[in-house]
This record gives sequence, structure tokens and C-alpha cells, in this order.
Amino acid sequence: MNFVWLVLALPLVGALLNGLCGRYFSKRVVGLIGCSSVGLAFAISIWTLLELVGGSDRSVIQTLFNWIAVGNFSVDVRLLVDPLSTLMILVVTGVGFLIHVFSVGYMNHDPNYHRYFSWLNLFTFSMLVLVLASNFLLLFVGWELVGLCSYLLIGFWFTRPSAAAAASKAFIVNRIGDFGFILGIFLIFAIFGTLDYSTVFSLLGIQTYSTTIMTTITLLLFVGAIGKSAQIPLYVWLPDAMEGPTPVSALIHAATMVTAGVYMIARTHALYQLAPFTLEIVAIIGALTAILAASIALVNNDIKRVLAYSTVSQLGYMFLATGVGSYTAGMFHLTSHAFMKALLFLGSGSVMHAMADETDMRKMGGLRSKIPWTWAVFLVGVLAMSGIPPLVGFFSKDLILEKVIFSGNTLLWGVGLFTAMLTAFYLLRAYFMTFHGKPRYDEKKIHPHESPPVMLWPLRILALLSIAGGALWVAVFGFSFTPLDNFLAPVFKDVVHVNAEQPEPLFSESTLILFSVLVALVGIGIAYLVYVRGFRLSEGVRKIFHPVYLILSRKYFVDELYNWVIVKPLQLLSRFLASIFDLTILDGLINGIGRLIGWTGGVFRSLQAGYIRSYAAWVLLGTLGILIYLLLR
Amino acid sequence: MTLNDLFVLSPEIIVTVSALIILILDLFLAAEFKRSLAGFTLFGIVLAAVANAFIPIGSAPLIQGMLRVDAISQFLNLIFLVGAGVAALLSADYVKRQGIARGEYYALILLSTLGAMLMGSSANLIMIFLGLETLSIPLYILSAFMRTRSASQEAGLKYFLLGSFASALLLYGIALLYGATGSIQIDEILAKLPAAMLATPLFVYAGGGLLLVGLAFKAAVVPFHMWAPDVYEGAPTSATAFMAVAAKAGAFAALLRLFGPGLMQIDSAGVVIIGILAGLTMIFGNIAALAQLNLKRLLAYSSIAHAGYLLLAITAAQSTPLAGTAINGLLFYLLIYTLMTLGAFGVVILAEGRGENLSLSDFSGFASRHPWIAGAMAIFMVSLAGIPPTAGFIGKFLIFSAVIQAGEIGLALIGVFASVISVYYYLRVVYYMYMRPSTSERPVFVSGFIVLGVGLTAIAVLVFGIYPSVILQWLPQAASATLP
Repeated sequence: MNFVWLVLALPLVGALLNGLCGRYFSKRVVGLIGCSSVGLAFAISIWTLLELVGGSDRSVIQTLFNWIAVGNFSVDVRLLVDPLSTLMILVVTGVGFLIHVFSVGYMNHDPNYHRYFSWLNLFTFSMLVLVLASNFLLLFVGWELVGLCSYLLIGFWFTRPSAAAAASKAFIVNRIGDFGFILGIFLIFAIFGTLDYSTVFSLLGIQTYSTTIMTTITLLLFVGAIGKSAQIPLYVWLPDAMEGPTPVSALIHAATMVTAGVYMIARTHALYQLAPFTLEIVAIIGALTAILAASIALVNNDIKRVLAYSTVSQLGYMFLATGVGSYTAGMFHLTSHAFMKALLFLGSGSVMHAMADETDMRKMGGLRSKIPWTWAVFLVGVLAMSGIPPLVGFFSKDLILEKVIFSGNTLLWGVGLFTAMLTAFYLLRAYFMTFHGKPRYDEKKIHPHESPPVMLWPLRILALLSIAGGALWVAVFGFSFTPLDNFLAPVFKDVVHVNAEQPEPLFSESTLILFSVLVALVGIGIAYLVYVRGFRLSEGVRKIFHPVYLILSRKYFVDELYNWVIVKPLQLLSRFLASIFDLTILDGLINGIGRLIGWTGGVFRSLQAGYIRSYAAWVLLGTLGILIYLLLR
Repeated sequence: MTLNDLFVLSPEIIVTVSALIILILDLFLAAEFKRSLAGFTLFGIVLAAVANAFIPIGSAPLIQGMLRVDAISQFLNLIFLVGAGVAALLSADYVKRQGIARGEYYALILLSTLGAMLMGSSANLIMIFLGLETLSIPLYILSAFMRTRSASQEAGLKYFLLGSFASALLLYGIALLYGATGSIQIDEILAKLPAAMLATPLFVYAGGGLLLVGLAFKAAVVPFHMWAPDVYEGAPTSATAFMAVAAKAGAFAALLRLFGPGLMQIDSAGVVIIGILAGLTMIFGNIAALAQLNLKRLLAYSSIAHAGYLLLAITAAQSTPLAGTAINGLLFYLLIYTLMTLGAFGVVILAEGRGENLSLSDFSGFASRHPWIAGAMAIFMVSLAGIPPTAGFIGKFLIFSAVIQAGEIGLALIGVFASVISVYYYLRVVYYMYMRPSTSERPVFVSGFIVLGVGLTAIAVLVFGIYPSVILQWLPQAASATLP
């Protein structure tokens, strides 16, 4: 436990070494530093886990140094090690390590190899700060650092304008979320007088706070989560973030960044428990995002974008789980999603590696025999994510759906179930388009080849995790083996199930499981019929559905909407405000006032300083304004 | 005046004597040795800073009640001296390159610093006025220092004309307040104000209002900011850098002395006005900066916007129980503002090469050509935007949390919102440096002095962001010092 600071320090040292001196190292050394720093951090995380499980104390605080101390305000840089943060550091460093290893092969030909590993390490470090923080301010620091690093990594191939634009978009959209987040933190400080988790949460037990305040705080924090975890209406940055190198996408989507919102809600669940209204909003936004993103993924032809929308959709599931008060189910899905999504993204990276960086699935097909290992692991990934038992995705998704319906939200459950069918369909669609059918690429130019072992091994390990990860939490047909739940239980022991006196649910647990499997099979079946057997709808029906297709393929026109409603007006306002004083739009008006007050500065006009009297007029106007207010008030 | 008074005033005296010696040395030195004047300036500044650290502080007024050397003035002096020192570093080679390497340049910087120091420790309205003029007149000259360039002349003249206008308003305000209370001692005035407000409310309100306007002008607070973009753009860049920090820090020192804690008890209207000015400044400064493509103008609007954040701290300082936190925030932020602004201007000087008017597109691909300088600039931009782990974040956090504790939720909202907007234009600089292909091949001006200045400020901005206690531990004493 005393070494937990090394979990932070190692990736930081790796980032500094590669960032400052990387250009003098050989690629082998750069890769070694990058991977081993995260790998060692993972080893220490496991050590921490063992100590935590073996010890009696389930929540240990390690103070590194006193950070800010002014008057009665004091914040320490202090790490909180409890089951929740331990789970997160295991996921971040474990999955992160595999992604680092994969990158060694994937980025091998990039001239900025050392810069890439430096930023990748920094990204990992930032996420670890976020999850290990023991107070809101340090959480915010990690939160912002993650945003900053994602900006650097998404824009890594900045020579493409689209990459640079995507990086800016990600950062700015995130800042909108952070605006709410920091306000929430300020409000916590104003109400509780401290930013320390443990003090805030223990105050909740001592004093009573009004529900309005709790609702406001939690909603503001949730705005941050919406930005970082790409939920409606701020999800727009995540699909564009595909412009970064594929392992970066894997890192953003699987291990770091987007999971921050879910983690934050789980961490501050004590606040959320006191704000039932916010929880409802969280659940509704989660469910809506899940179905909206899944529907967009139905028609997208870019393999990475399909996976990106899939992430948005799966994050929706996690929020749905937290929204119904089942934080452990959310964390389980977060973990299982980390395995599956890292697998799928790295798998798609392996496909791109084989296909000379092609991402358009319409130009793929028939790759199964060409890249058999990639095919096998990708198939595991899509089946797991579709919820086919006994793969990990089945257990975690089914658990969420079960918790949702048992909390009485039948409608949200229905949405979740329907989304599960869409999920199975679009994933299998992607799979069939990529690996089955006849090759649709130029076979003379592109010769698909299997990836090197350094890329395949991470894939194999992730595939294993996606197959066997379900063992973390098995609860089917009366059988129950739930190590993850038991491990996390101390963190969530204060969660009272508000819906304890719910009426008998619509269906029994076993029926629910059958439902889940059934919808997954239906989704897979449709995908099979359409993309392998070539089923087509009749002309008439297709015509009717064409508008739907159009809306979906243009992603509900949300980007266009934001552009017209927010971006353009702000640009106009900025130009206008600058022009008031800079250019001469209002110069005439001001000159008029200038004359009115008898300022005769004609001499200086010849100096091309024509505005000096208007400047003076503004000073005078401002002065008069103040005086008039003071005297007539 | 006693010997002790002289001792207490030793930082000011050292600065003055250095300025005079430089003027004399300048007459005797051959042109090729003029660069050593920068070294001498630095020596004087360091000496003054050392003296400043050791002077005995107390709250009793000195020299017939003219000055008050307390913990706050001591910390303010540190800010001014740091600003002057870094400005001297940035100037050393720049003035030579621009062909304006004359000794007066450094003497003017030192004299202006003296003015700011006097403002920071004034206990008397006349002293505030004298300090303001001692601060401003060298700045007017510095703006026009590049005599051969019409933009520089224009900047100097504009600044001078508008500055005199503002000084006149300030002086008039002092006169009115004297008329209302019969005193020019700040503490006496504050004591007599309640009675004066009943007898001659007109004088009090008009006097206070005009005083505020005069100082708001120097601090470039909207709507008294118009001079700033033009003057910043036209003045020699090293002078702009110094002006951006010295004028602002000096003005806020005086604002703190005059409109700090206690104003609320006398009349809440003043607080309302300062709050409105703060809101206007933050919104206008940040939004107008969005449209700027010229780096110096961009930094000008950024400095306007920062005046807004600093004003926020003044409003928060009004609620007496929290005054300490707010003043701490203000002092910390002033220091950080000084460091990051000077650093950013230093990078601009480097990147300008031999030309003028650096535009954003000149930064295209800058990071691939000059990774270290670009890295420093990225740190300054991130810090100005208030993003952790830089000192700018700690500063904004201290101020905003003080404002929220003081119950000014609306103002805090505007502040946070404005700083969210600011991220866009600060990050755009980073975006150009790192994510644009290199188009311009503008050669960079290489100077050891400037690189040293940029490097030191960059390190400071990072270190004070990760470990702000280095600074903060000095602050509680400063805030607990009694204000008049």
C-alpha cells in the first residue's frame, strides 16, 4: 500500500523520459520505457489489490504532500486506495499496458514514436490521478489533464486537418462539460466547506441538506460526466476522436477518459443517493444515449466509427445502471466493456494494419482467411459485446437490465433490451462486412497480412479476458458467484435500495436471461441474413424507410445543429464585439457622441489615431454611467 | 523622517539609486557595452528584492503618514520587482536588436517600478497619485521608445493623452474626497466617510467614483480599456510586456488599498459597481480576444480579461470575514499573472524574429521547429486559460472559491463561463504551434537573456501550479495585516 504512489509516478517518469530525451533513444528503448512503466504500475496495482484483500482496512489514504493551504482552506495531494479505486487502477494500467504493447507494433513506422509514447504515458498518468484522488480538486486536476492529453493524442496526426479539428472539438466540448463540473465542485465547497471526499460524505450523515442543493450539485457534476463520458447532448466529440491513432482510440474508449464519468458518479454516489431526481435524469439520459448511438451505428460504414458509437451506447448502459442505483453493476459493465472494447478497437487496428489503413468497411470483405487470428479475436469481441453467453458482455449487460427492471423502470428496461438487439445487429454487420463475403478491395494493390506477434498477443489476452471475465460476477438461474460484487461492497454499503418494496417484477430472472439471449440472437440473425445471405427489402419498403436511413446516416443532423445554433452565433458575436472598438462599425456613432461632448481632437486624427476621441468618449461614458448610478440610485 | 524610515524604505531607495546610476553610466559607456546596463538593472532589482525580504514590517504609517509598509506592500513589492526583473531580461537583447539600446530604457523601467511600489505602500491619496504618475509617465515614454516607428509614436501619444485624462479624473476624485472629509489620509477618510456621506453625499459619491475610474483605466478595465490593444500593439514588445504587468499590478495595489475590505460597510453601491465592471471586463475581454489574430492584440485582450478576474477578488474582499482569502487570491493571482504574461510576451519577442506584428499563422508548426520554446508557450497558454496543473488554475480557483463563499454566485458563474470561453483562444495558439504544418519560416531571434526569462517563468508557472504552497505560505501573514 505504501508503494501506491509508484502507480502514479512510473507512467509520469516514463512520459518525461520519452518526452524530453526520447529523440536520442532508439525505438526499442522508447517502447521499452513506455510499456514497462505502465506494466510495472500494473504489477504494483495487483500488489495493492492483494494487500487490500488481505488486510482489514478497506479504505487507505496516503498523503503525498500539502498542496494548497491558504488560511482555513487546505487541500492535500492525497491518494485514496479502496476497492473502487483499486478496480480502476487495475483496469487502467492492465488494459493500458496491453494497448501500449500493441502500439509498439502499430506505431512502429511513425516518425514521432517517442512523442507518441510520451503522451500515451501521460494520458495513463492523468487517468490514474483522476481515479486515485481523494478530494474533488485533485479529481478535477486529473479530469482536466485527461482532457488535455486527449487533445494531444487525438490530434497526433495533425497534418490531417480533420485530426486537428477533431482534437479541438473534443477539447472544447469537454470544456463545456467541465464548466458544469467545476461549478459543482465550487458549490460543494460552498456548502460543505471542504473538498475532501471523506469529510464531505461523513458530513452527509451528520447534517441534513436540502434536496434542492443536492440535486443542483449532482446535476452539475453530471454535466461534467456528460462531457467526459460522451452522453447526450455532448457525445459529438467521441466519434470524431477516431482521428487519433487506433490504439489511442482504444485507450480513450476502453481504459481511460470516457469511463471517468461513470467512475465519478460511483465515487460520489453518497451525494447522488440524496438526489433521486438527478438519478432519474442519469438513467434517462443513459438509456436515450444508448439507443440513439446504437441507431446511428446501424448505418455507419466506417469500422472505427461503428465502434465509437458503440462505446457511446455502452456508456449509456453504464449510466442507466448507476441511475437506478446499481453502481456495482455499472462498474462491472465498465470493466467488462474495457476488455471488449479494447479488444474490438485493437482488432480493428489490426484490420487496418492489414488493409493499409483503410477504415471503410465497404472496401473490405473476405478477410477471414487472410488474417485468421485477427478474425478469431474480433469474433470473440463482437459476440461478447452482443451479449452471447457465456462471454463477459452477456453477464454485465444482463445484470444491468435485470437491475433496471427490478427497480421498476419497465420502460427503460425495454429501451435497454431493444438497444441490445441493435447492438448485436450493428456489431455483426461490421463483422460480416469486414470478414465475410467477397473481397471488395483492390486485390492487386492491397495484400492483407497478419499482424506481428507484438500486436497479436495483446489481442489474444484481451480475447481471453472477454471470454472468461464473466467469472467476476456470475448470477444466473439461482447460481451465484460474485467476487467483484463482494469486493466492491464495502464502498457501496451505504446504498439503500430505495425500491425494496417494489411490486413483483414483470418477469422472473430466468425469463429475463432468455429475453436477453433471444434479442441478441435476433440481431445477429438479421445481420446474417442481410450481410451474408444478401436479403434485401422490396423497393417499396426501402423507399418508405429512406428518410430514416438519411437521418441516421447524417447522425440526426446534430453536428449541423450545433454549428448553426452555437458555433456561428458565437463567432459573429466575437467579431462584433471586437469590431466595436477595433474596427469602425460603431465609430460613426462614437464620433457623434465625441462631437456632442465637444471633444475636439481633430489634430490627432491626422495621426491615423482617429479613434482616440472615441476612446476618451468611452472613458467619459463609463465615468458618467458610474456617477449616475451612484447619484440616482 | 528617522533612520528607521530610511531602512524600511530601502527597496524603494535602491531602485531609485539604480535608476540614477544607470542614467549616469549610460553617458560613459561605449555603445557595445550598453548591454551590461541590463545586467546592472537586474543587479539593482535583486538587491532591492533582498532588502524587501528583510525589512521590518509594521502597519504604522511612515513619513508623516504617507506610506504604509506592511505585509501586503512587501508582497506587492515582490511582484513588482519580479515583473521588472523578468522584463529587464526580456529587454536586454531586444532593445539592441531594435536599435533602441539606450540607458534611459532601463532607468525608465526602474522608475516605473518605483511608482508601482509607492502605490502599493501608499497610505495617502496624494501618494497614490504620485505613485500613479511615477508609474505611468515612464510607461508613456517606453511606449514611444521606438522613435522611428510611427506605430510606436502613436501608441505613446495615445497612451499619454488618455492616461492624462484618467489622471485628471483621479485627481479630481481626490479633491472631492478631500472636500468631503477634510483629509487625504486613507484611514482617516475611511473613518470620516459615514459622517461625510450624510453631510455631502454628492462629494463622496463623485469622488469615490472618479477615483475608481482613474485606477480602472490603468488596470484596463472595461469600458476604460480601449487604449490597451492599440498601445500594446504599437509599443516595443519588451515595453509592452513590462507595461502589461506593471500598470496592472500597480493599479490593483491601489484598488486594494482604497476599495479593499471595509467598503461594504460604508456603502454597498461601490461593490455593485465593481462587480458590474468585473463582469463586463471578463465577458468583453474574453469574447473580443476570440477574434484576434495578432499575438500582441490577443495578449492585450487577455490582459483585459484578467483585470476582470482580479476585480472579482476585490468584490469578494468586501465581505469582511473572507477578506483574507480573497486578498490572498488576489495577491497570488497578480504574481502568477505577472509570470505567465511576461513569459508569453517573451516567447512573442523570440518568435517575432526581426520583424513586428507576429500573427497566429506565424506560429504554424512552431513546435516542430522550436520544441522547447513552443513547450514554454504551451505552458503559459494553458496557465492563462486556468487549466491544471499550472499556477493559473490555482489562482483562478482561489479567486472563484472566495467569490462563491462571499455569496456572489452570479459573478462566479460569469467568471467561470468567461474562462471557459478563453480556453478557445489560448488553445488556438497551442493548436497553431503543434497541429499546423510549418508554413512560415520566420527565423527566431536567439537571445540567451530572453530564453532565460522565458525558461524561468515557465518553470515557475509549473512549479507554483503543482506546489503552490511555496508562495501560499507567505500569504496568510500578508492578508492578516490590517488594511486601512
